[in-house]
Amino acid sequence: MNMIVTPASPATPNGTTRPQVRIVIVGHVDHGKSTLVGRLLHETGSLPDGKLEMLKAVSARRGMPFEWSFLLDALQTERDQGITIDTTQIRFRTNSRDIVLIDAPGHAEFLRNMITGASQADGAVLIIDALEGVRDQTRRHGYLLHLLGVKQVAIVVNKMDRVDFSAERFAEISDEISAHLNGLGVTPTAIIPISARDGDGVAERTDRISWYKGPTVVEALDRLEPARPLEALALRLPVQAIYKFDDRRIVAGRIESGSLIAGDEIVIMPAGKIAKIKTVESWPVTPIAGRQGAGRSVGITLDRELFLERGDIIAHATAAPRETRRLRARIFWLHDKPLAKGDQILVRSGPKESRASVVAIEKAVDPGELESRENKAIGRNHVGEIDISLSSPIAVDSYTENPRTGRLVIEVSGRIAGGGLVLSVDAGQRAVPVDIVPVESALRPDERSARYRHNGAVVWLTGLPASGKSTLAKALERRLFTNGGSPILLDGDTLRAGLNGDLGFSTADRSENIRRLAEVATHLARNGHIAIVAAVSPAREDRATARRIADIAFREIHVATPAEVCEGRDPKGHYKKARAGALASFTGIGNDYERPEAAELVIDTSTRTVAEAADEIEQMLKATGVLFDEIVDLAANI
Amino acid sequence: MDHLDQLEAQSIYIFREAFGRLKKIALLWSLGKDSNVMIWLARKAFFGRLPFPALHVDTGKKFPEMYRFRDHYGKEWELDLRVEPCPPIDAVDPTLPPAARSAARKTEGLKMALAKYGFDGLIAGIRRDEEATRAKERVFSPRGLEGNWDVRDQPPEFWDHFNASPPQGAHLRIHPILHWTEADIWAYTKRENIPIIPLYLAKDGKRYRSLGDQDITNPVASTASTIDEILAELEQTKVPERAGRALDHETEDAFERLRVAGYL
Repeated sequence: MNMIVTPASPATPNGTTRPQVRIVIVGHVDHGKSTLVGRLLHETGSLPDGKLEMLKAVSARRGMPFEWSFLLDALQTERDQGITIDTTQIRFRTNSRDIVLIDAPGHAEFLRNMITGASQADGAVLIIDALEGVRDQTRRHGYLLHLLGVKQVAIVVNKMDRVDFSAERFAEISDEISAHLNGLGVTPTAIIPISARDGDGVAERTDRISWYKGPTVVEALDRLEPARPLEALALRLPVQAIYKFDDRRIVAGRIESGSLIAGDEIVIMPAGKIAKIKTVESWPVTPIAGRQGAGRSVGITLDRELFLERGDIIAHATAAPRETRRLRARIFWLHDKPLAKGDQILVRSGPKESRASVVAIEKAVDPGELESRENKAIGRNHVGEIDISLSSPIAVDSYTENPRTGRLVIEVSGRIAGGGLVLSVDAGQRAVPVDIVPVESALRPDERSARYRHNGAVVWLTGLPASGKSTLAKALERRLFTNGGSPILLDGDTLRAGLNGDLGFSTADRSENIRRLAEVATHLARNGHIAIVAAVSPAREDRATARRIADIAFREIHVATPAEVCEGRDPKGHYKKARAGALASFTGIGNDYERPEAAELVIDTSTRTVAEAADEIEQMLKATGVLFDEIVDLAANI
Repeated sequence: MDHLDQLEAQSIYIFREAFGRLKKIALLWSLGKDSNVMIWLARKAFFGRLPFPALHVDTGKKFPEMYRFRDHYGKEWELDLRVEPCPPIDAVDPTLPPAARSAARKTEGLKMALAKYGFDGLIAGIRRDEEATRAKERVFSPRGLEGNWDVRDQPPEFWDHFNASPPQGAHLRIHPILHWTEADIWAYTKRENIPIIPLYLAKDGKRYRSLGDQDITNPVASTASTIDEILAELEQTKVPERAGRALDHETEDAFERLRVAGYL
């Protein structure tokens, strides 16, 4: 029996509408995390009956003074060693929030537990001992909070009693930790002086900190915001499984972002196959109507039998993720053996798993150290940036586009060894999507060329920085326009400000920059415009890719001004900076520019004027059938 | 999505990961409120069925109401029910205090069932808020060859990525409702209209908050005779859920010793 129902929305548990916020308390070992937690539970009236008395009795039996931290150290081993071992989740309430507190351990050895705890948190409290100040583990935890995407961080300066509640000492620590966090793009929501043992600043402002006017810890927690669902982003439904328990073929997974409804047209990535959602299945009532949003675990059926498998990503056809075999990630590393170039790893992105190898370690630092020394490999508890080459294509987003699908986990021998954020995706090795049919323009190319008096083309100016590419490009643009044509200038630097803003200057990113330039230029050329591209494009391989993409519309011009002349001009001051070592990966002062061997035209701007050079380009464009000004005898060129 | 929807979606995700990534799993059905919610969630995950066995490791000392419940709903929910016995008390570590020793029979029974069927994953309905050592659990928790738990060496677990490759011969415990609270369980039971054992509802001023074996479980003082009244009671109470479980209170570390040895 099939009936369509919309799931009812019952009241929240306990009949309340209080937001639930998950927080983690982190910081250097012995700076007082467990004491603060114990104190918070007591101050908010959250302890079970008899718990405090029981612990006091236990302390007395052992002949030890009572410690607030005993509340959490429920395990025998912990009391014996005096350190917190693992994440404990405890609940309490502030005025307007239900807080779930994840007590993350601070001992260096137990960083993986801190990450396990903090990865589930909406906000964090970073605790610092007023006497000891900011320590390596404080900095490391701050860095990891940033990597884990925890943006709400309150700072607590504890043990103020040990520094006589000195406002100066408090200001010193405030400045130091603010500087560290601001460098990571994290702004503390509050910085609070407290004594967790005595209670100052936890739930009330005592006389001893009368100079402090900000919120107490409880008030700061009360202002935290719960995590927002990601409905506003593009649909991402990673396929967890395909079930065929009966005559239905149900595609099951959790909507990580966006939303869906029966009837939606979707694309299955990385294959690029298109289908429609037939039904949204459920139990006990099925199918269900209504839109399903981010966070829901759903099951859908499709309107056609397609091959799909665990790890595929279902998206709307208009906003699909990119398919790639290369990506760059910023990761933290937890494995004993450091991660090095050439290592074979397993990458997990949601349910998708893919074997991969580390192509390059771009950065490797210990986030705990003040002076970040660059290492060759990423050691245990360190962070870094890596380039990964995947053995099979995956569909993935960069972290800035989608925080849920833009993160990945790395496994080594079946055990999670690290994780991190996808910084950029190199879609250079693209598969042609099977069912994506580009929409044709309403105009035929010959309609445009009749008006502009030229065919579409990609005029590609390559050469050293300051060789005169942009100057020539602009002169050519003006001239073609004056003659009634439709030139469009694409400068490498211009696109980097927007479309290519996610790309850096690594080899992989430069290739991707060129690929995108070529794609955009080719689209313009196919629609009858002359796209003038001015880009250093030093790699022969990248220019060959551009030529492949633009195909017969491609015209390469090598602006072959001698290197010393280019450096003499230096309009942007880049050569000067590069010589001073302040500009990494700058083409020009090394031998990294690969000269074209079969350019349609070679121009040395040091021996002719701009107008003369523009003439030469125009002649070439006429001779190769782009411009119509003269009747071109094509046969003469054969 | 409200709070219960979020909990449900998360649990379904965990069930599907367990079923998809392990070869041979079973669900531990203790007949109590938590494992009944768990079965319900599994049926949501798999569109009405439980595509793996429900394992009841039977101490023989449950309340008659519990056995009646098992026999009735095992049929109604079309479970592949496997009832496995436990060894006699003499076979259990005599250094444990009496109640813990009685509970440890279940650990031994569980090991025997594991050996018999060769499961690589057991789904258990423990919750973080029940008890301090359970709070330290992972969602996918590896168990050594002896079924033991090494609290000091747990794998990292973040962003819903679970370590699902137990070493040869060892198994994983999977905890799909680890993130639920006692109140969540009742609110969901009410919303979904999941059947319950009447012992949870107050009679003559007493009710059971947690159900174990008859000899080591005691009721608490209560007047809550409906789920709504139970929820209202939980809002107010500061008595811990397992107050009626004798084994939690015998010695400071009895429960932890049990867990390290493989108890749930």
